[in-house]
Amino acid sequence: MYKSRSRYRVVLVIVLSLLLGAVFSPTRVEAKKLNVVTSTTDMAALTQEVGGDKVNVESIAKGYQDPHFVEAKPSFLLKLRQADLLVTVGLQLEIGWLPPLVNQSGNPRIQVGAQGYLDASQFAEILDIPTGPVTRAMGDVHPLGNPHYWLDPDNGRRIAKGISAKLSEVDPGDSAYFQERFQDFDKRLTAAEQKWDAEMKPFHGRKLVTYHNSFPNFAKHFHLNVIGYVEPRPGIPPTPSHTIELIGLMKRENCKLVLVEPYFDLKTPNSIGAATGAKVVVYLPSVGGEKDVTDYFKLFDYDIALLTKAFQETQ
Amino acid sequence: MKYIWFAALAVLVALPLFAQQTSASQGGAPDTAALEQRIKDLEERLIALEGQVRMLKSGQAGATGQPGAAQPAPAATEAVQAPPSPAAPAPTPLPTPVAEGVAPVGGQLPNYGGASASAKALNPDISVIGDFIGAAGTNSALPLATMQPFPSMQMHESEVGLQAIIDPYARGDFFISFGEEGVNLEEGYITFTALPAGLVAKAGKMRSAFGKVNTMHNHVLPWIDRPFVTTNLVGGEDGIDDAGFSIQRILPAPKGIFLEATGQVFRGDAGDVFKASQRSDVSTVAHLRAYKDITESTNLDFGLSYARGHNDAGAVISLSSDFLTQLYGIDATVRWKPLRRSIYHSFVGRSELIWSQRQQPLREQRAFGFYTSGDYQLGRRWFVGGRYDWSERSHFANLTDKGASAVLTYWPSEFSQLRGQYRFTKYAEGINANELLMQLIFSLGAHGAHPF
Ligand SMILES: [Zn+2]
Ligand SMILES: [Zn+2]
Repeated sequence: MYKSRSRYRVVLVIVLSLLLGAVFSPTRVEAKKLNVVTSTTDMAALTQEVGGDKVNVESIAKGYQDPHFVEAKPSFLLKLRQADLLVTVGLQLEIGWLPPLVNQSGNPRIQVGAQGYLDASQFAEILDIPTGPVTRAMGDVHPLGNPHYWLDPDNGRRIAKGISAKLSEVDPGDSAYFQERFQDFDKRLTAAEQKWDAEMKPFHGRKLVTYHNSFPNFAKHFHLNVIGYVEPRPGIPPTPSHTIELIGLMKRENCKLVLVEPYFDLKTPNSIGAATGAKVVVYLPSVGGEKDVTDYFKLFDYDIALLTKAFQETQ
Repeated sequence: MKYIWFAALAVLVALPLFAQQTSASQGGAPDTAALEQRIKDLEERLIALEGQVRMLKSGQAGATGQPGAAQPAPAATEAVQAPPSPAAPAPTPLPTPVAEGVAPVGGQLPNYGGASASAKALNPDISVIGDFIGAAGTNSALPLATMQPFPSMQMHESEVGLQAIIDPYARGDFFISFGEEGVNLEEGYITFTALPAGLVAKAGKMRSAFGKVNTMHNHVLPWIDRPFVTTNLVGGEDGIDDAGFSIQRILPAPKGIFLEATGQVFRGDAGDVFKASQRSDVSTVAHLRAYKDITESTNLDFGLSYARGHNDAGAVISLSSDFLTQLYGIDATVRWKPLRRSIYHSFVGRSELIWSQRQQPLREQRAFGFYTSGDYQLGRRWFVGGRYDWSERSHFANLTDKGASAVLTYWPSEFSQLRGQYRFTKYAEGINANELLMQLIFSLGAHGAHPF
């Protein structure tokens, strides 16, 4: 008798403590602001543009972090469980870390398929969609297309529009506000785009190499020509044989620029630079990669300044 | 099939646009700006349509499980629609081949194989992880020892994973472990992700939340073997892995601290730890986890565990089953990973302390054991680590096994792993063993990420 009673006591204590927690935990404050969590800083920046002061936006990954490999820390759950909306990059960029966080969040609003889950890739122009069957012999290739799609201002506009529509859906009361914010963003982006296009115009057709294949949308928009990658295959670290091949290619093509994402080691790029006379430049794929690159506009300002300088120096 | 529908739709949408353009240019002075705008609108529309095709292909739209899921929801259509142009008709509702396959008919579960072309998107993620182990050196452990040596070569385990979102409220995960001979359902459970009050519940067979190592699959361990303390006190490789249900919830805590409680009730069968001889012999597991980020690259993870169930002591001497085993555990982990170089360097230090209190005829056995380990990532592909083991045996608390291991791991890619482990064991019976273990892990398909 004693034993079974104590067993039930254990169960009772567990259930009670869970329920007590449920009762006393701060219920979602009925504030006017929507809580938006994004997987990356770029989505956060775009959400901030259209959400203005009607949203609290937080990104899980930092701008200088490799978005393929983020640790699914429990502290992110604290943010996710309060979220009204989760904006993801999609195309399996976050496949290694976001699903367990969403599952464990205990937040029905942001589950896949729920109203508060937004895959932003559906709005953007996606490149590098594999046409044939995908195997791992190709490396860690993203089978749905290249997820590094936000570095094209036109995609930025499309994503912002999609986020603005989603915000209106989640918070219909402020829909006029979100629409207005988007129109304002659209205007400012169009103006900035003209400036960027003009700055990049002298360098149309210039060749470059990137570490990872994270640059295709930028290159397409600004008419640059990415001829190779430091990685032999996506996600596979550089190998000596591939590096030698790449050096040969760069010499033949007279390619003078190697762009490196801030989360990669510079050893191989530097040796490629030394062998080919190419400049090695750490560019920023994401908002927040440097302290003063705080929004979507500054990201392009920063990268275009880097590129134009590098192109001028390797005329 | 879907593609054909979308292509057809795209053409339908595009045709009137072109028609209007041509008539406009025939009718009067060609307005190039307007034409350019039209082409731009068209391009936007195509990009939006491509996006919808991708969403369907990835099964995300299907994942909502609503009968009309294949049809873009009105709001979504609005979101991706190009600026309204007089010539462009609103997208006509599409026939929904996906929905046919998904819609449950007559209360039966949907047959995903039914809708041929769209079925693949709705298949679960399938993965197989192979775990091949070789061993060299001498280990002449006595038959009574809890830890028995690995054979010279063994296809230790082939773990098949089948994982999918079931509906907007739940997901399912199956991990079936094939040995060289037998098959074992390692885990198979449903997770209810959309419960009120922030609760997350699971039902099925699962690795229990007792400590850290007990929750881990073989292929995510930082070693080839399991620590002695789990073998001696927590039932070995499978540990407490039983059928039952689980409820967990994040608890309110001071800012910056993550606090989570888990309560689980199982049938009461787990290795040689728990044995249920009647329905009321259920076992319980409780776990409290506290986590804090110290900096953006360093964090601390701390856990308290408790487990209680009936053991097999009664069955052995055919008495009643009123012999209990209770386990108490403390686990602590410190992790370091600099975000700017996260793929190159990291460190994990971990320790688990476990106390076992086992009622058995003659005398209750109180045994203690622990391990301490550290793993440092040297570069993108190389890891080095070590582990110290010390553990008494649950049935004979006066017998203590001790050991130390050094581990070197190499990753040819994210999907394969080569590991060597030198292990020294000092068995309680006075036998020493020096062994070299080798392991090859290789993964096919998409194995969903395991929780942190
Ligand atoms: Zn990538
Ligand atoms: Zn697994």
